[in-house]
Parts: sequence; structure tokens; C-alpha cells
Amino acid sequence: MQIPYTVELRSDTGLFNAKLGVWLFLASEVMLFGALFSSYVLLRVGAEHWPHGWEELNIPLATLNTVVLISSSVTMVMSWASLKLNNFKKYKMYMGLTILCALIFLVVKAFEYGHKFEIGHLPGTSTFLAIYFTLTGLHGLHVIGGIILNGYLWGPGSKMWQSAPDRFTNRVEVAGLYWHFVDLVWIFLFPVLYLL
Amino acid sequence: MDQHVATAPHVGEAHAHHEELGFLRKYVFSIDHKVIGLQYGITALLFLFFGFTLMMLMRWQLAHPNHPIPAMYFIVPIAIIGVVVLLISKFKPSLSMLVGVLFLGLAALVSYLTSGDDRMPGGIMLPEFYNQLGAMHGTIMVFLGVVPLAVGAFGNYVVPLQIGAPDMAFPKLNAVSYWSYFVGGVVMLVSFFVPGGAANSGWTSYSPLANVATTGQTYWLVGMVFLITSSLLGSVNFIVTIIQLRAKGMTFMRLPFFVWAQFVTSFLLLLAFPPLEAAGILQLMDRLAGTSFFLPSGLVVAGQPLQVSGGGHPILWQHLFWFLAHPEVYVLILPAMGILGEVIANNTRKPLWGYKSLVYAVIFLGFMSFIVWAHHMFLTGMGTVISAFFQTTTMIISIPSIIILTALIISLWGGSIRFTPPMLFALAFLPMFGIGGLTGLPLGLAPTDIHLHDTYYVIGHFHYVVAPGTLFALFAGIYYWYPKVTGRKLSDMMGKIHFWGSFVSINFVFLPMFIQGFAGVSRRLSDGAQQYAHAQNMLPWNEVMSIGAWVLGAFQVVFIVNFFWSLKRGESVGDNPWQATTLEWSAAPTPPPHGNFTKTPEVYRGPYEYSVPGKSRDFTPQNEAD
Amino acid sequence: MSEAHAEDIKKHVRTYIMVFVALLALTVVTVAISTLHLSTFAAVTVALIIAVIKGSLVASYFMHLISEKKLIYAVLVLTVVFFVGLMFLPVGAFSDKITMP
Repeated sequence: MQIPYTVELRSDTGLFNAKLGVWLFLASEVMLFGALFSSYVLLRVGAEHWPHGWEELNIPLATLNTVVLISSSVTMVMSWASLKLNNFKKYKMYMGLTILCALIFLVVKAFEYGHKFEIGHLPGTSTFLAIYFTLTGLHGLHVIGGIILNGYLWGPGSKMWQSAPDRFTNRVEVAGLYWHFVDLVWIFLFPVLYLL
Repeated sequence: MDQHVATAPHVGEAHAHHEELGFLRKYVFSIDHKVIGLQYGITALLFLFFGFTLMMLMRWQLAHPNHPIPAMYFIVPIAIIGVVVLLISKFKPSLSMLVGVLFLGLAALVSYLTSGDDRMPGGIMLPEFYNQLGAMHGTIMVFLGVVPLAVGAFGNYVVPLQIGAPDMAFPKLNAVSYWSYFVGGVVMLVSFFVPGGAANSGWTSYSPLANVATTGQTYWLVGMVFLITSSLLGSVNFIVTIIQLRAKGMTFMRLPFFVWAQFVTSFLLLLAFPPLEAAGILQLMDRLAGTSFFLPSGLVVAGQPLQVSGGGHPILWQHLFWFLAHPEVYVLILPAMGILGEVIANNTRKPLWGYKSLVYAVIFLGFMSFIVWAHHMFLTGMGTVISAFFQTTTMIISIPSIIILTALIISLWGGSIRFTPPMLFALAFLPMFGIGGLTGLPLGLAPTDIHLHDTYYVIGHFHYVVAPGTLFALFAGIYYWYPKVTGRKLSDMMGKIHFWGSFVSINFVFLPMFIQGFAGVSRRLSDGAQQYAHAQNMLPWNEVMSIGAWVLGAFQVVFIVNFFWSLKRGESVGDNPWQATTLEWSAAPTPPPHGNFTKTPEVYRGPYEYSVPGKSRDFTPQNEAD
Repeated sequence: MSEAHAEDIKKHVRTYIMVFVALLALTVVTVAISTLHLSTFAAVTVALIIAVIKGSLVASYFMHLISEKKLIYAVLVLTVVFFVGLMFLPVGAFSDKITMP
């Protein structure tokens, strides 16, 4: 027997399975990052001295990264819209741009990390740097996960467009939800770590 | 699975396709929810047995502190069980043979544990090793035993059948969560072999103790990350399955109570586990990257100031840990209550009393379980205002628990009860869980908790909830659903011996703990409190409890033999031997094929229509049209 | 795909571009404000307000939350409730503590 509602919508919920699944997954991600934010607040309130982000970190690079990540979110949603408009070529282009932006983000991040390591600012140096490396590191892992996911949908996974276009469009939408969430986390990480 | 689904729109074809799968695809990397459920079940039962063995070692030490422990008393019985199971299998490749071999492996593992100069020089257990056993007993029982059995095994096998679904919503994800659990379990076992042994900071892994502990603690954290990932993926799968894949006519208020319990449990896993994952990441950073999230400045260990940057908070760990671990308690108990609902309704031949109040109580319980966590932390220097808040929420959360227990007890009233083995376990659950729950009230109130905190009273309390509570309910579930899985019943006679032996002996294990706790005997002492003057007249109880534990262990052997003997010799049964109303019995063949149902079931009524007046039979299945 | 549907999507695309511009503008604003080095309270308030606005834009338009199904809202409301519970954690740790006199 076939598993129902992989593509078509269930009438009483109005959803297909994967969409509900990814939102539940994102709910758990909210709790994961929420716990880390909460720990950040607790550590900061309890600390005798807490440096301002701008004293320790490179704001221009982080601003650049914010812009890069926001752009990738836009290209992601455009790639989904292209599929909805039946334009597979444009999908390929926008999805490619999304992956490119994600890679740029990681390269910039690598420069930031590299500089920190060079001047001996390691996670063990202070609690501020500890939480900085933990939060951005975990976010970085999510970016890498997104690149793998989007890379699959851009490359080998895109064959599904021929066999089951609706299902493929759904997959891209679901991957997009995850990717926007990664962007959303960064939108909060950026001011909390860098600007305050 | 994709081709699978695409090429198998008809049931007959699906079945045919199933036959073509090779051994690996069929039994090892299966994506059938029933096979995955069985994988979870067998793995979890083996881990339960292993966790029990660790406890037996500890109990021997507590009864006779600082005397050599006769390792052969442990190794030989386990090896004999292995040989017996192998004999039952007649050495033909089968589940029995696999489990027999695993028992022999377990015997080897135990012989490793009971030797070695850094564990038991001359057979005398070192306190450090006792700490490992304590930490790993807790971890294995909770995270590798009970949760995978209650949620992974029963949830996986029964939920899709009960809601009339062909499988879980994401079959591949389901397999990933089992294998993630498996890897987590292997990492935990491997940690016994690293220098310094396994984790030894308790199952709670409190900082800063855990930060300065041996390498085993790192393995523990890595293992936990796998286990948490497994639970997260599993819970997403369950929620989507229950919401999206219900058969036609299966409204939420027609769901069997077991499905409701799994549904709420999944939400607890989904939203409570991530904070522990966060805490685990922070503690890993502390241990590996030299950060000090949980280490305050100026910490001195063994007379030496610790070389860390400092500035962290040990209490942060406790907050994050208990934010998970209190909901976790309900993850342990809710599926058990769900199983109880099924077994009691079926064996009293009448509807569950107050189905709606049960459902609302479970939802409320799940909700409240998120705001009681700090009642584990009254002794951390918390002020009276916050204490009062958490005391109040703790008292409030006892209300839905009482509602559930009361509804289940009233369900017995006026029923013509069938005293089958599953029903016996279910009946025993009621008073045992009652004891466990009510002894929790003094722990939830700060003034009494100050006396009882970290004494054996606490151990007695939560073991009454989890051992004669949850585990008895899980046994009830195994006896209840075994015929559906195998087509044969477990032997009634052996089942009754198993029940009465366990029921009597388990009380000898846990009841004396309350007495010791009231007298102020602390937990986690490797010599059973021999060194304390105030505990001297409490020491004889240690021996009573240890003998109780050995008797309890002996009766579990009856269960193991029954399990494998009945695979071949048990009474052969049809599709619905218990004359039950829910879909797994009334609509699915025994054992259910790949895809579960020969014809998509449609649901016309509530889950427990037993003894409806005017009907010819005393049960009306959910899929029976009027 | 029907013509009306395609029209809808094109309308969406215009919205995405507008949201993109708004996000860029807000990023510039929040960085600019941070250079003023306001008092901690003011800086935290302003930065979080801007972050919440940006986050809501992403969630509402890119993730289509503004026209999502009720069930998704229910899941998110539940998550928000527990998230608030999590944020209560530092309060529990600091607001009311027994200290040595």
C-alpha cells in the first residue's frame, strides 16, 4: 500500500507530510538554539565582565555575511517560485546562486575564525569567545547541512523534476523552509554576538 | 522506498515486492515500521537485561561491601541463558540464534567487567568502578532500555496499525532513527573499554564533576547526541504519522488511548530533548575545547586550582538537564499508561471509563511537565519565591496523573475481568504506580525535600514509577501484542509464574529503600553507607534488597525462555485472539504483511466499544459498519 | 498550472524583492545604531526589536507563514510557549538566590 499524502494535501489538515515534518523539526531547532541563547543570557548576566561584541569581533565581515545569507534566502525562494512557474532553467540558476552564497558565507566565516586563531583567541580564552565559537560553529554546521541538501536538489536530486514534478517542487519548498530558518537564526546571532 | 511506493500501488504487488527483498533489506536495513519496531524491541530488551546485570553487581557490592564478588555467579547464568536460547533455536539462523549469541557476548562482557585491576582487583569492587556502574545503569535503563522499548518498539509497531496506516509517514527516516539509536548504544558500550572506564558522574552527568571526569564521560556525551538525534527524528515521524495518516473516519476522539499517549510523548521528546542536546554540546566544548561554560572561576580539584578561564555556572547544566529530564519522566510513563488503557479495556470487556478525561489529562500532563523542572534543584541555593513557584506547579501536575490512575481503576468496576498475563501486569501497575506517584509528593515540596534529597527515598520513589510501574506495563504490552507479531501466544503458565515472582520480589527490592531513605541513608555510596553511624541499623536492609534483586532476576529467566519457546511451541492463534476492537486486531492479518492491511480500513466508531447492549458479540470492532 | 496561479506567483516574487530590500535596510540600520554605543538596555532593546522585525519578515514571506495552515500555527504557538519557558531559565537562576549574608 502506498503512503498517502506525500504529494497531495490531506483535506482536514491542508498539508502534505513533509511540510508538517519539517515544521516540527524546525520547532525542535528553535528549542535547541533557544537553549543556547538562554545559556548566553545566563552566562552574560552572571559574568563580572563581558566584552562588547564590537571590541572582539569583525563587524564589517559579519555585516557582509548577513547580506550574503539574506540574499541566499531570496534566491532560495526564487528557485521555488521558478519551479511553480514551470521554469526549470531558472530554478537551476537560482538554486546554484543559493549554494554559491552559502559557500561565500562559509569562506568569510573561515577568514574570521582563522584570524581569531592567529591572534590566539580560542574558545578557551574567555566565556564570550566560548559562546561565540559554539553558537557560530553550530550555525555553521547547519549551513553545511543546507549546502549538502541544496546541492543534492540542484544536482542528482533534480532528476525528479522529470518523473514527479509536484513532488520535486514540494521537496524544494521544504528544503527552503529549512534554509530560511538557518538565515533566521543568523539574523538573531548577528546582533546578539556582534553588536551588543 | 520511492520506487517501492511508486511501483506498488496494489496490495498484492506490494506483498510480492516484499518477497523479493534480500536478507539485509528485509531484516537489517528494513524500512518497514514493524521490522524496525522489532529491532528496537530486541535491542532495548537486551540493553534492559544488561542494565539489570550492572545493577546486580552493584547490589552484591552493597550487600557485602569490600568482599570479593564471585564473578562466576554472574557469568555462568548469563552464558546458560545464551546456551538455552541457542538450543531452542536448534542452531538454525534465526532471531533466537542471534539473541543466544548475543547473550554469550554479554557473558564475555561481564567477565571483562568483573576482572581487571582498575575495576575489581582480587574481585573487590573499587569505588570508581561502582560509580561507573551506577552512571551506566541509569543511562542504559532510561535512554537505551525503557524509552526505545516504550516509544521505539511499541510506538513503531502498534501506532500505524492502530490508526490504519500502511507504514510510518517517513519510512527511511524511521530506519535512520533506529540506526542512530544503535550507534549511540554501541558508543556507550565501547566506553567501558577506554582508559578510566565508562562515564562515572551519575546518569545526570552533573558539572563540574563531569567536566573533570575520565574519557568515558566524553563517550557518554557523544552517545547521548546520537540517542537524542534518534529520538528527535522518531518524534517528528510519530507526530506526522498520527496527524496525517489516520484512516478514513479515524477522528482524534476515536484514536485508541495508546496512540494519544504516544502523540503527547512525541511532543515531549520533540521539544524537551533539544535543550539537553544544547547542554551536551556545551559540556563537550568544556571537555574538548577548553571552554568553561559550567566551571566557575577559582575551582579547586584535588587540592589543585583548575587551569581554566572560568566564569561559567555549574547550575546552568542542572537547569538545562532537568528541563529535559523532567519531561523525560513522562516520556517513560505515558506510553506505559497508553498500553494499560488498551489492556484494561480489552480484559474488562467494557469501555475505558472517562476516555475524554484521560485524553485531556494526558495533554495537560505533557504541557505541565515543562514547567516543573526546578523541583529537582531545591538544594542549589534557590530562593523561596522560585521554590514556591515550582512547588506549586509540581502539586498541579499531580492532578492529571491522579485523574489518569483513577479513571483506569474505575474502569475495572463492574467488569468481568479476564486474568490473563497482560492483565495481571496491568493490574499490578495500578497500585505500584500509585506508590511511586504518591511518594513523589514529599519530594516535590521543598521543606520535606531538604531531608529526603539524595537519599535512598528518591531511588525508591522513581524506581516504583519506572520498574514495577513502566516496566510492568511494558511486559503487559509484550504479552498483549506478542500474538499479533508472531501468530502465537506466550505460554499462560510461564507468564503467570513470571508475573507473581516479579511482583513479589520487586517489592523486596524497592520498599526497603523508603525505610533507609527516611533514616537518611545517602544514595551513590559504594559501601552501602557502612561508614556512617546513623545508617548502622539500616544495613541489614541492604541484604534483603539484594536477595530480592536476585530472585527478581531469576524470574526474568522464565520470561526469556517463554519468549523463545513460544515462538515455536506457543498456542497458535488467529487474527484477533483477544477479541479486541482496535484496528491492529480487527483489520490486519496476523502477522501483518508489508503494507499492513489487505484493504484500507475505514473507521465507524470509538476505540472501546465492548459489551454494547443489543449486539450479538461483546465487542464491536472500530472498522465494523453499523 | 493555471494562468491565475502563475499570476499569483509573480505577485509573490515582487513581494520577495520588497522584503529583500527591507531586510538590507534594516541590517544597515541595526549596524549604524550599534556604532552609537548606546547604554546596554537601550542597545539590547533596539537590536532585538530590529532582529524580531527581520525575523518576522523572513518567516512571514519567505517561509509563507502569513498564509499557512492552522495546524502549523498550533505547532508554532506551542513551541513559542516552551521557548518562553526556556527563557525563564536565567530568571530562575538569578532573580531569587540564597546567598551568604
